[in-house]
Order: sequence, then structure tokens, then C-alpha cells
Amino acid sequence: MAQLSDLVNLDLTDSTTKIIAEYIWIGGSGMDIRSKARTLAGPVDDPKKLPKWNYDGSSTGQAPGEDSEVILYPQAIFKDPFRRGNNILVMCDAYTPAGEPIPTNKRCAAAKIFSNPKVEKEVPWYGIEQEYTLLQKDVNWPLGWPQGGFPGPQGPYYCGIGADKAFGRDIVDAHYKACLYAGINISGINGEVMPGQWEFQVGPAVGISAGDELWVARYILERITEIAGVVVSFDPKPIPGDWNGAGAHCNYSTKSMREEGGYEVIKKAIEKMGLRHKEHIVAYGDGNERRLTGRHETADINTFIWGVANRGASIRVGRDTEKEGKGYFEDRRPASNMDPYVVTSMIAETTILWNKS
Amino acid sequence: MIFIMHTNRLLHYKWDTHLLHSLLSSLQHKPMALLNDLINLNLTDSTNKIIAEYIWIGGSGMDLRSKARTLPGPVSDPKKLPKWNYDGSSTGQAPGEDSEVILYPQAIFKDPFRGGNNILVICDAYTPAGEPIPTNKRHAAAKIFSHPEVEKEVPWYGIEQEYTLLQKDINWPLGWPQGGFPGPQGPYYCGIGADKAFGRDIVDAHYKACLYAGINISGINGEVMPGQWEFQVGPSVGISAGDEIWAARYILERITEIAGVVVSFDPKPIPGDWNGAGAHTNYSTKSMREEGGYEIIKKAIEKLGLRHSEHIAAYGEGNERRLTGRHETANINTFKWGVANRGASIRVGRDTEKEGKGYFEDRRPASNMDPYVVTSMIAETTILL
Repeated sequence: MAQLSDLVNLDLTDSTTKIIAEYIWIGGSGMDIRSKARTLAGPVDDPKKLPKWNYDGSSTGQAPGEDSEVILYPQAIFKDPFRRGNNILVMCDAYTPAGEPIPTNKRCAAAKIFSNPKVEKEVPWYGIEQEYTLLQKDVNWPLGWPQGGFPGPQGPYYCGIGADKAFGRDIVDAHYKACLYAGINISGINGEVMPGQWEFQVGPAVGISAGDELWVARYILERITEIAGVVVSFDPKPIPGDWNGAGAHCNYSTKSMREEGGYEVIKKAIEKMGLRHKEHIVAYGDGNERRLTGRHETADINTFIWGVANRGASIRVGRDTEKEGKGYFEDRRPASNMDPYVVTSMIAETTILWNKS
Repeated sequence: MIFIMHTNRLLHYKWDTHLLHSLLSSLQHKPMALLNDLINLNLTDSTNKIIAEYIWIGGSGMDLRSKARTLPGPVSDPKKLPKWNYDGSSTGQAPGEDSEVILYPQAIFKDPFRGGNNILVICDAYTPAGEPIPTNKRHAAAKIFSHPEVEKEVPWYGIEQEYTLLQKDINWPLGWPQGGFPGPQGPYYCGIGADKAFGRDIVDAHYKACLYAGINISGINGEVMPGQWEFQVGPSVGISAGDEIWAARYILERITEIAGVVVSFDPKPIPGDWNGAGAHTNYSTKSMREEGGYEIIKKAIEKLGLRHSEHIAAYGEGNERRLTGRHETANINTFKWGVANRGASIRVGRDTEKEGKGYFEDRRPASNMDPYVVTSMIAETTILL
């Protein structure tokens, strides 16, 4: 008896040159990811060669019913780890038929910032640490937690192993390989302090690609949890009380910071970030006030502090950077549900283009 | 039910409710295969990159921790691996305001879970200033093993690691009835059958995984207490004995994680007429292995006897619950040795006695001993002191 998986895993390269392209976009909430697939005549590796497409924006809260077409512009291609062969995932952003980015399209403005000559010259690198929580389906209680109760307190779970400490590793490991296969620059994974919480890192990625890669990594993660029958949450404080929240720490450097004398450039950049603390916080994810309390390895949301190797700071500088006099810094403020297009471009804008006046 | 816990790929057996629901609602719907396809992806066709899982020992001295990073290509020499760091404030090894602990890669093994060119890396931990942190026992052991007099003697170790498998959540031994006990010890040692051997799939998976990884695993057997098993690692020279035992323990706990079972290294998991769990350490030096070695062995055992209290203090916590003088142990306060005597602190095999050379077995270490501490201490006492 043929299994469903035999069909899902059919290798079509022997029967046809056609490929399947899964077009991915961000929906009306700014966090819901949507996708649909189409057949193309043959393999494509350049997003500029992919046709524009459209979708029903009235079904995603992004257009009125009587004028519902939203246009998808392909921006980045990745190999499809689910369909494999020559099939692809396509990260898109959304425009009106007239060619204007729709309000939830944050990529367009970010791309403008990244193509500013001053920013391009600095070749901004990003390493994003995406934390997330796995929840049991239907009850929405963290994976591995007893129903109606709590596991033992935090301590054993950070990078832990064992059936009583690590919940959902198969999802995490499948995601790691799937992202590497797809061509995403995934640099590592680890189990987090709260049981059922995990982290993966993407980077270093240059400019706009940081956002593209993170969104596609999130897409692949939610497709994998779908297969596993588990729900993924990007809420920044899924469980109130003495349980860590989930963040998306953003590591950042420019050419000047990576070269001799870079530590001074870093300190000046951090100073500017401090002067725009409120503006950044507003853009760093909804619900972050439940997470940035000053406890659980965070700095209070109303406070801006930075320090070397200080995990209770808003911005942390690694010991290596201090010692070598150049390197990068880590903005620990963004929540797990931040939009990487917004955060990465804002950090570049503040540190490279903005001046206090 | 053991049956549910030990079938094929272990994905959803932790989430029993979902599994039953799936089975009931659609016999044809098998999404698990797709997750396996991804976990088992062979990346060597798509990229040169490899995944390195860095492993270290946490703040309790027994909790293993690990996290993974991507490297640009295959690596076989630990000296060529980059140092890394972790958040020591989350493992009880550093304060929050100065939390970076540095990982120095020390030994590489092939990763049996990820396959391909992916690797496991045994590390030890240092402060940013380069000092070993207090829980880093490898550093001092490596010093002892690189002492010229010790190096000259090429110390060999064969460690017999015992452990107990427990049912998750209730922490009662695997195969034991809930709220009750199995029949008394007797049928289980090296036994077979569904009523005598509990968890063999874990043990066999571990055996092959360790061989694949490049660990010198020399054997396995079912133990006297039901649900208890043993594997042996060796012969290993010097510091590698500790590296290999820790890597084997790591692989074991990753496998029990997959199986939804808990592994315990407690030296006396069940009080009463049930065997404890030890980590007997077999030992020899070049002199012991050569002609006239038996005299060297007797002198070495004498030195160990004079430092009995010091060794016992370093041989694992809770050992007093295990070393009672019953259940094939010698009392913790007594030091005695004998040929073929399983009730002794140190046992010499009949072969060694007959051939006048060989090795001896220190039966005192508990299953939760730190092999870096035990192996280096035996070398120090018998060679340097």
C-alpha cells in the first residue's frame, strides 16, 4: 500500500522540467505568514526572473472586498526543503496594483534605507537570535509541560538533554537541516532557559537579506511544527511569572566597527541608540513590556543601559570585542515577534544616518 | 506502557494524546515520515557546511549541556575548532553581570544523530581570563596525565558504566509495575525476554551509535537489577578515558530523550534488596602489563589502600547508600582487595594472577563519578605518590 509520504516525496526531476514555486508573504497582522504555490516552466534561481503574482487581500485583512487584489513582488529565492528537487520558496512583499507598498509591507522602506549610499558603504552585518516557544496543540500549553500544572523551575533546561529536560528537539533539528538545505545562513541552535523554548540564529547576513532569511526561517519552522502537530508561538512572554520570555536579540556591526578603532565607533553608535531608546522600543514588537521587566536576563523597558558581558543590559558588548578593540554589539531589546525588516533597518538608520539635532 | 514507548522512531510517543488521536482519526495519515526526512537530510550534496554540537558539563558536575553551531567545512582536529562561549549564569557557573564562560574544544566524535560530516565536540570550561572554572575537572586531570612519569607508564582504563532506566514523570524503573515491584533479582542479569529485559532498544541503539561516533565501546550487558544496564568503554589511554565516557553518557541521554525514558546515574536508585549502580574502573600501567607486573600491581593496590578515604570522597556522591558490603560491594569504610572477589574494594582477575601481569579493577567508584577525577586520581596515587 503506497504511503502518503511516497507521493509527497516524489522526485519529479525524472518526469518533468516543471518546478513548483511557493510564494510567501506576510499577512495583515504583521506576523501571520501566508503562502501559495504555482507551477513554473523550469528551474529559476534569480528572483528578478520570477513572475509577479497576486492574492486575495480581503482574506488577510489587507484589502477591501471590492478591490481585493494585492500584488506579490518576488524578492528572494530559497530551495524548498519540503518538496526538494528544483522546487523553491520565494519570499515576496506586497503592493497595490498601482505599485505602492501596502501598509503592512515593511520591507520596501527597509530596502530604501539599505540602498542609501552611506549605509551600503558600511556593509551592515546582522546576526539575529530568534527565540520561540513550542506549545501543545489545542491546549496551547508549552510542550512537555504537564496539563494543568508546571514543570520544575528553570535551571536544568538551558542547553539541556534528556526526556525530562528537552521538549521538541526533533522539530529543532529538522529545522536546522531544512534551513541549511534551503540556503539560509543559519548559524546555530540551542535549548533555552524556559522548558519548551528554543532558539536559532541566522547570520551574519548583510542588509536586507537578514530580514528575508529570518522570515523564511520562521516560515520553515511553522511548516515543520505543522507536520509535528505542535504550535509555535512568537509571543514575547508566553507564560507570566518566573519563566523567561522570548526575544530576538539582534547582533550588529558595520565595516567601521569591524576595523581598527572600531570600539570607539561602537560606543558612539550605542550612544545614539540610547538617545532614540523610546522610538526603537515602540518598533521592537508588541507586548514587549510583559517581557522587559529587568528580571530574567532583560533590562527594564524604560531603562537604557549597556555593558560588557552583561546579560541584564539593553545592549551587550562581548568580551572579545572589548579585548580586540573592534567587533559588534548585541541589541537585546527586540521581542521574538519583532519584524526583522523594521529592526535591522532602524538600527542602521539610527547608527549610520541619524544625528542628534 | 513499555510497548508504546519503544517502537521505531520515537517522535510522538512523548505526546501520547496526540498519537492516539492521530491513529484513530486517520490510519493513512502519517506526517511523521516527513519530519524524519528532514532530520535525516544528507546535506553533503547541498553544502560543505557542517554542524558541530559543543558539549560541556554544567554546574552540578553531572548535568550535560550542549548547543550547536554551523562551521564552513569538515573538521577532524579539535585544535582547529574555534573556542566558543555560553551563558554560565543559566547553568550555575557564572553571575548574571559577567556571564560568559569560554568553551575549549578537546575531543571530536562523529555525530550519530545528524550523520554526514557533522560532529560532537567534548569541551571544558574556562573564565574569559583563561582559568578553568571550579567545575572543570578535566583541566587538572590533563595536567596529571601529561606529567612525564605518568606519560611514560601509558595508563590504560576500562570503565564499566552502569545506569538505570526510569519511566518518565513517575521516575520508577522501566518495566517495573506502577506502585509495585518486579520479582526478586535473579533472572535479569544478561537476561532476555519481555519479562526480564526492559529497554534493550535504547541499549542497542547506544552501542551502535557509540561505535559510529568513534568511541571505544567494548561491550554491553543487562544488569542484576531489572531496568539496569551497563556499557564498557576502553581500553583508553589517559585523558581520553574521561572524554569517551562523557561522550558516551551524552549519547545515552540523547537516546533516552528520543525514547521518552529518563536515565539515572544514581548509585542506589532503589533502596533495599536491589543492586546499586557503579562505574568499576579497570586500570593498568606499562609496568603492570609487562613481566613482573603482578608485583607492581600489589604495590599500587597498597598505595590505594593508604588513600582509601581520599579516593572515596572523590568517587561519587551518595556512594554510602551503595557501598554497604552487600550486593557485590565492599563496605565504604573498609578497604580490601582479592583475586576474583566481587565483594572486594579492588579485584584482581584470575588471569592476571596466573600470568603474573595484567590489570586490576577498582570497584569503588559510583555510577555518577566523574571519570576525569577518578582516572587521574588513580594514576596520581599509583605513579606519582
